[in-house]
Amino acid sequence: MAERFHLPTLAQELRPPLSTDEALAEANRCLFCYDAPCTRACPTHIDVPLFIKQIATSNTSGSARTILQSNILGASCARVCPTEVLCEGACVLTDQHRPIKIGPLQRFATDHAQAAGLPILTPGPRQRGSVGIIGAGPAGLACAAELLRQGYQAVIYDAAPQAGGLNTVGVAQYKLTPTAALAEVAWLERAGLEIRRGVRIGTDLSLASLEAAHDAVFVGVGMGSIPGIGIEGEAQPGVWDALDFIAALKAGDAALLATLKGAQVAVIGGGNTSIDVTTQAARAGAHKTWLLYRRGPEHMSAYVHEIELTLSHGTELLCYATPRRILPGPAAAPGHAAQVGGLEIELGAGSGQSETRTLPATLVVRATGQRGAALTALLPVLSEQGVVKADDWGRTSNPKYYAGGDCVSGGQEVVHAARDGKRAAQAMITDILSKLHTASAASR
Amino acid sequence: MADLSVDFCGIKSPNPFWLASAPPTNTGDQIMRAFDAGWGGAVWKTLGEPIINVSSRYSAVGYRGNRMMGLNNIELITDRPLDVNFREIAEVKKRYPKHALIVSLMVESKRETWHQMVRRAEDAGADGLELNFGCPHGMVERGMGAAVGQVPDYTCQITEWVKEVARTPVIVKLTPNVTDIVYPARAAQKGGADAVSLINTINSITGVDLDSFTPRPVVHGASAHGGYCGPAVKPIALNMMASVAQEVSIPISGIGGISTWQDAAEFILLGASTVQVCTAVMHHGFRIVTDLMDGLSNYLDSKGMGSVKELCGKSVQRVKRWEELNLNYRVIAAVNQSKCIGCGVCYVACNDGAHQAIGAAPDQRGRTRVEILEHKCVGCNLCSLVCPVDDCITMQRVDNFGDSVLPYKTFSKDPAAYPHVKSNRHDI
Repeated sequence: MAERFHLPTLAQELRPPLSTDEALAEANRCLFCYDAPCTRACPTHIDVPLFIKQIATSNTSGSARTILQSNILGASCARVCPTEVLCEGACVLTDQHRPIKIGPLQRFATDHAQAAGLPILTPGPRQRGSVGIIGAGPAGLACAAELLRQGYQAVIYDAAPQAGGLNTVGVAQYKLTPTAALAEVAWLERAGLEIRRGVRIGTDLSLASLEAAHDAVFVGVGMGSIPGIGIEGEAQPGVWDALDFIAALKAGDAALLATLKGAQVAVIGGGNTSIDVTTQAARAGAHKTWLLYRRGPEHMSAYVHEIELTLSHGTELLCYATPRRILPGPAAAPGHAAQVGGLEIELGAGSGQSETRTLPATLVVRATGQRGAALTALLPVLSEQGVVKADDWGRTSNPKYYAGGDCVSGGQEVVHAARDGKRAAQAMITDILSKLHTASAASR
Repeated sequence: MADLSVDFCGIKSPNPFWLASAPPTNTGDQIMRAFDAGWGGAVWKTLGEPIINVSSRYSAVGYRGNRMMGLNNIELITDRPLDVNFREIAEVKKRYPKHALIVSLMVESKRETWHQMVRRAEDAGADGLELNFGCPHGMVERGMGAAVGQVPDYTCQITEWVKEVARTPVIVKLTPNVTDIVYPARAAQKGGADAVSLINTINSITGVDLDSFTPRPVVHGASAHGGYCGPAVKPIALNMMASVAQEVSIPISGIGGISTWQDAAEFILLGASTVQVCTAVMHHGFRIVTDLMDGLSNYLDSKGMGSVKELCGKSVQRVKRWEELNLNYRVIAAVNQSKCIGCGVCYVACNDGAHQAIGAAPDQRGRTRVEILEHKCVGCNLCSLVCPVDDCITMQRVDNFGDSVLPYKTFSKDPAAYPHVKSNRHDI
């Protein structure tokens, strides 16, 4: 049987790279639409028809520049964007035939540029003005890149030893590997981006020092951990926070990987993160994966194509399922992670015909939504329920502070964070940085 | 970054990309939007005595699901009043002083009429004039357009008339609807033209509606022959470019199916100093100039060239007469089996359509495995042309003659002295 087909593995890419032949054939299918719906559907408004035409004419370097000009994280977005609901979903060929593979074409161009050693951006002539950026995730990187491009200094501070934020530790492995995420960060650093790793704001560097060192501050701290759901047995070690689980998988945690082989994994949630967990667990060799959602499927916030993806990996979707109790598990075997003894759930709760079942789960993962980052509450900006209040241009309640990415949206795609960072940089330049030069000229 | 700016017989242009005299240059508004998009110059749609147009006017040829491989039109010169055109020319030139604005002219073959038209165009601010001796339909019957361009003496005569009064450079636009374009090109140069541009459109009927039996484009149950342009005509235009480039010493503006920067680079290599584009803009709009400029600039950079001028004409001397080609040179096809997808297209093409030099048989998995029969291969290229996989079939040089050249004119004097030439095909 194994000779006839192969189950996908954890590392196997969902969207493998295109060969040159494939890319050219696909690029030549593009109609080069006027005022193209794909460009409109992209949060960063990449000129998609132009970059595809440039691939078709073998101007692949020019194509990459077109992409990066609008979205500096074009390489990672090519891999992680939910193109089915963005550019490709808007493609006019969808109804006629099938949409252009915009994501893979974008990857083709940006991979080429990276391999050819092209600079990701060209820093502008040095201007007076400096921005301190908290968080080296997609929003912070995009913000710093835009400032650098316009000639302003930007310094990113991140508490983690590795930059990239969720791109490095939080995206499903079959979409984006840490290697690819870190390569993108390195590409930015080669262009002059400054990142100070292992610096925790408030501990290693006080807010006062940060404010004193910079003319403005961009907050791109993302969200925090996933709170407990308040049921019996959830404090035991076989119960995971989805983000910790994904980070451990991506870091190659040997004990967790050993435990996943033949495991029975119950995931609680209904968003895209819950899909990332069930699908990765299945690919890591889990014998059984359940996705438990408390309401009907129409309320699930995960994209339909994501739900279909995990169903194709054998995940069983249980709707109207409420977790009641997690049973204690056996002691962890040597070289293995801790397990639970099962998960008691109530199916059809509130319908009057509910039944209680005990799933023979060996691992339970919570993917029920993050709370705000701990740092958010300490910052001198207005926030509500852990989320920073900011306008479309990242302006917060504090004129020196701008914010973007998940810490403002509560959790969106990488491409939204890339847009937020770029826009906030442009707003900081208009509001503050561009006036510094005039001010100093006036005082002279 | 390479410098894309050009000086075309004294006409300065920020880049070599001009809009050809055609519907995209019908109005000042269009030309100003084109300049905003990045076009370096434009040749204003031909001015002459007002005419009337028919409806419909265009028809096209597609290929395998792709639209507009070739475009045909029966539209005439401008149908807008001359004074409106001149007013707009003056306005465009005032707002865009650094762009090249050439005005295309076509009037009846009278010296005074030409003199008057030249003065009016130059007074309006034209940077140069293009004489339309190429329009193949409608105007010919009135003794204009190709009726002039097809007779070298007329071409020379009218060019002389124009040069008597012109203060700006004069470009003569040549028709391809002649036996040998070199004759009218020489006539233009003799008449004092500062440059030539080519090619104008080719006489064509693009197709016939199989239900109504009416050729396209349909004008109430009938049609007329039109002028063909677009990607389909490029190879014809390139050949004429090369012939004219070898023959005349004045600059050439290349026209004919240019849609991409590669097309433009090919025209420039064969001697064009500027290129003119129409069909690709009629298909996709002015915005295509972004990649035309970017692609050409990147290409020049990759070749270590600092300007368009360095590229100009580099391939002209590589176009030779057949009898000058080297009979010692021999290539045969080689298949990269690891890339072969087993489609068998090369086999059938060679077996039915060329020289029966490929063998084919099913492999263990039932897929077609092809093999070049090296003793039969004449090195024609066909298999490598039809193969759908890049670099799967390549042509490998197999002779041992290095740089030793044996042209036909040498060989033909004593064929017996070169037995290896006959054995180019071993089974004969």
